[in-house]
Amino acid sequence: MTATAEVSTGSRGNQPPVPDGAITVTVKIRRFNSEFDDEPRWDSFEIPALPSDRVLNLLHYVKWYLDGTLTFRRSCAHGICGSDAMRINGVNRLACKVLLKDLLASGGKPTTITIEPIKGLPVHKDLLVDMEPFFEAFKAVKPYLITYGNEPTRERVQSIADRERFDDTTKCILCAACTTSCPVYWTEGSYFGPAAIVNAHRFIFDSRDEGAEERLDILNDIDGVWRCRTTFNCTDACPRGIQVTKAIQEVKRALLFKRV
Amino acid sequence: MSELTLAKPRTPRRPAARRNNFELHSWLFMRISGMALVVLVLGHLFIMNILDGGVHRINFGFVAGRWASPFWQFWDLTMLWLAQIHGGNGLRTVINDYARKDATRFWLKVLLYVSMVLIIALGTYVIFTFDPNITD
Repeated sequence: MTATAEVSTGSRGNQPPVPDGAITVTVKIRRFNSEFDDEPRWDSFEIPALPSDRVLNLLHYVKWYLDGTLTFRRSCAHGICGSDAMRINGVNRLACKVLLKDLLASGGKPTTITIEPIKGLPVHKDLLVDMEPFFEAFKAVKPYLITYGNEPTRERVQSIADRERFDDTTKCILCAACTTSCPVYWTEGSYFGPAAIVNAHRFIFDSRDEGAEERLDILNDIDGVWRCRTTFNCTDACPRGIQVTKAIQEVKRALLFKRV
Repeated sequence: MSELTLAKPRTPRRPAARRNNFELHSWLFMRISGMALVVLVLGHLFIMNILDGGVHRINFGFVAGRWASPFWQFWDLTMLWLAQIHGGNGLRTVINDYARKDATRFWLKVLLYVSMVLIIALGTYVIFTFDPNITD
């Protein structure tokens, strides 16, 4: 082995000692650098990891000790900020919420984990995508409280049942896992996408809000809820367990019966 | 330093909202016509292929006898129209979902609508003007 091979190209120097009970897994990452590459390519890394590690730990290992040029988003690393949505073994997941033990091949066979950027948004570099089209759709449904008339002098009171009505859709962290798992969104970027509809739902069914009509009008159009084909990819992808397809159906029903 | 003037990839080309209920009505139509077609098409297939010796008894006389009754004329006419519009609307959504360029989308839709109109017109014409006493 030459001296250069032992020098780490990661951003944190030498590889740490391998912990007891570690298994070596292959991580196949779809790489793309718009400055040099015409086409995306696949890079494979052999990584020693514990079954209790998260996929994010594997990516950290690559970035810190093997290849410092690997680019991905992550912030809180605990499933709250919604930065690290990616396609893990073909399905959209948060890298910080998937444990290695759930991805291990059965019978002790060698494990390969494929990691790709979320689909349907332009890739800047590696796993980093341009989220702007996603946020544009989010903003287009007016995801904020709309009221008319005088401000109340006290807080806007709401019953427990009224609060319960939209509880599920308040959980959204805007990670884009649902929108980028939607086959309609993959081929037609002008579709609002599940995340925008979920966030519209959060206000449409809020008893304190008075903008339901405006939002329903926006979602009644060709790029709105009628584009949903109920494939349930979004519900499956949501890391917060939001019943996304159900929320979309509730918006359809509100439009159909003109009743919120 | 030169400004990058390239268009953003996949920038949504979302047209201004049309503010009408066309998509709602077409969605609703698909559900209702779908249910009607289950009865109409399965009934048609049962009569034509299974009942009384099935497909082997179908000839000019059989068709003439059926279309002598306004009930079967109405059945076939409804089936023709619903199936054409249901299928055409389904294809319209497929084209909307998958055509990438505006020109492709436009021409595919023209092709679709023209074929729909032709088949509906021809079918309707045959059902209403069918002559059981035709002789050559």
